[in-house]
Amino acid sequence: MKSMNSQAPEKVDQQTPSVGQPCTHNDSASHDLSIRVRDLNLWYGNEQALSNINIDLFQNNVTALIGPSGCGKSTFLRCLNRMNDLIPSVSITGLVEMDGRDVNAAKMDEVALRKRVGMVFQKPNPFPKSIYENVAYAPRMHDLVSRKPEEDELVEKALRDAGLWEEVKDKLQQPGTSLSGGQQQRLCIARAIAVQPDVILMDEPTSALDPISTATIEDLMDRLKSQFTIITVTHNMQQAARVSDYTAFFHLGEIIEYNDTKSIFSNPATQKAEDYITGRYG
Amino acid sequence: MSDSFEKISQQLERRHRKSARLKYMSMGALALAASFLLIFFADMLNKGLPAFQQAMVNIEVNYSEEASRSGRAAIDRDLSDIVSRSVVRVIPLDMRNDPSLLGTTEQRWVLASGEVDQYLKGNLVRLDDEDKEIIDRLVESGKVEMQFNTGFFSRGDSKMPELAGIMSAVVGTVMTMIVTLAIAFPIGVMTAVYLEEFAADNRLTQLIEININNLAAIPSILFGLLGLAIFINFFGVPRSTPLVGGMTLALMTLPVIIISTRTALRSVPDSIRHAAFGVGCSRWQVVRDHVLPLAMPGIMTGSIIGLAQAMGETAPLIIVGMVAFIPDVTASFTDAATVMPAQVFTWANEPDRAFVEKTAGGIIVLLAVLISLNASAVMLRKKFERRW
Repeated sequence: MKSMNSQAPEKVDQQTPSVGQPCTHNDSASHDLSIRVRDLNLWYGNEQALSNINIDLFQNNVTALIGPSGCGKSTFLRCLNRMNDLIPSVSITGLVEMDGRDVNAAKMDEVALRKRVGMVFQKPNPFPKSIYENVAYAPRMHDLVSRKPEEDELVEKALRDAGLWEEVKDKLQQPGTSLSGGQQQRLCIARAIAVQPDVILMDEPTSALDPISTATIEDLMDRLKSQFTIITVTHNMQQAARVSDYTAFFHLGEIIEYNDTKSIFSNPATQKAEDYITGRYG
Repeated sequence: MSDSFEKISQQLERRHRKSARLKYMSMGALALAASFLLIFFADMLNKGLPAFQQAMVNIEVNYSEEASRSGRAAIDRDLSDIVSRSVVRVIPLDMRNDPSLLGTTEQRWVLASGEVDQYLKGNLVRLDDEDKEIIDRLVESGKVEMQFNTGFFSRGDSKMPELAGIMSAVVGTVMTMIVTLAIAFPIGVMTAVYLEEFAADNRLTQLIEININNLAAIPSILFGLLGLAIFINFFGVPRSTPLVGGMTLALMTLPVIIISTRTALRSVPDSIRHAAFGVGCSRWQVVRDHVLPLAMPGIMTGSIIGLAQAMGETAPLIIVGMVAFIPDVTASFTDAATVMPAQVFTWANEPDRAFVEKTAGGIIVLLAVLISLNASAVMLRKKFERRW
């Protein structure tokens, strides 16, 4: 057994550029950097929720964030599109860099950031509008489409990409809330990809869904990663193993281990990660 | 050892008795409240419904030379106490407006006097026996009858009860409410949107919130004094007008609209806001495109209820001079006007017996308007209520 004392602090506290880069042997995966995070700390009031997060997230991969409840993985996810701005008591230090720009910088517009970093939530939350409107609203708002036929085309493409088109093509004017839970979640994914973002954040996207809908969404993630960078939070270890290329293990607000998924599941470097993955706690 | 069934049921019996007693007491309270309401409605309808009927008399009008100077000459002298004075008064005017009438006679239905009206409705009147005999004869021959009182809905106030109508008060109320809504709705909704969706939760906003809640509980007459001091004396808004009345009532309605709008905004689930922020909406787009449409039914319900409250308000309007005698329908926002509750108040102060039924009739109209407003609030809520 490897000692966690020798491994974990080394992984987290190092300030060298290599920190956060998984020692990967996964040849199929791309290695273009999407988001670089350095020394990220986050407090809710006086309570520190994230400490010294260093991680590189790669383009066109699925990265899974796993860890026990309250470990900060969802908080970290929300740092990536500044959804934490909505919580008044949050304070953040450190660097979250996308395209060489600090997303927390004062001159970075969070609207522009969220156009490039979309989000899918834990509970399906379609707008209480028609299916069509759910998908068309944001592209229209961002001026991605100018004419009606263009808009129709974009809606169809997004719904096809989300694997929902065949099921809803005859009822586009019905309310999005009339769909089943799994369909609603795919509608939310269609809504996110219609904006044509670079990154899609998924916060436990299948935790409110039945196993069949879950499998559909997992397939979807696998197909979508050719177009988007996907970062997903999950409580489900098998899901992380199935869908992700990289996995980051969070514990008490720190990244204990970050590696390509195959290595982390077959040969975890730290005791904590091993205990969690084998189900000894969590 | 556990208790036997006997012991448990002994205790249970006491508990059941107690709950039954409470149930009957609350049913009694409800019955009492319902009976008060019933008595009120029955009394109002009993007193007020006759106001919707008006005695009319069929007479021969003789447009003679003399009649053009004094209307009395145009009608049978026996009938002079039976026909309303208002009819007598307009005959010379009619003749002046239409000279071709001169020398003709006309058989037509005209208003009977208030006394005749009251006599036919079975109330005590000051008519002498001779007149009563004439009336009885006319009734028998079908020359006097009760007709639906369209004048009550089409005329303004008058000192002659048979001529008094509620129209000027209705128009005054509508105009006042337009001013109130035009001021209170946008200011109230925008204030609530700011406090709920934009403002940080700090000491200042808490202070504002407490003050708004207090404002809703201030006696309405104080708003009248404020209106008098600020709008009339300081800004020189003409008194007795729908403008100043509406502005005063807007002050009163604002807190109601703000509070109900905030409640409606708060009931929109955060997941909708997150979804909208997630696709890159700015704060204003989130509010305009997603939160406000969902909150609208609640906002409208609150506004209508606030408006209904303002509509029934009399005290602040007395202070700004809207308890006026308005015989002609108000034409503009800066003309003197009265409102329905103020009209009821005015009629209630009239000594003439015939005004009792006018008062009750006015109350019925006011209640009908208020009930339909509240019903529309409920319907709006039902219609636009959406599930998510």
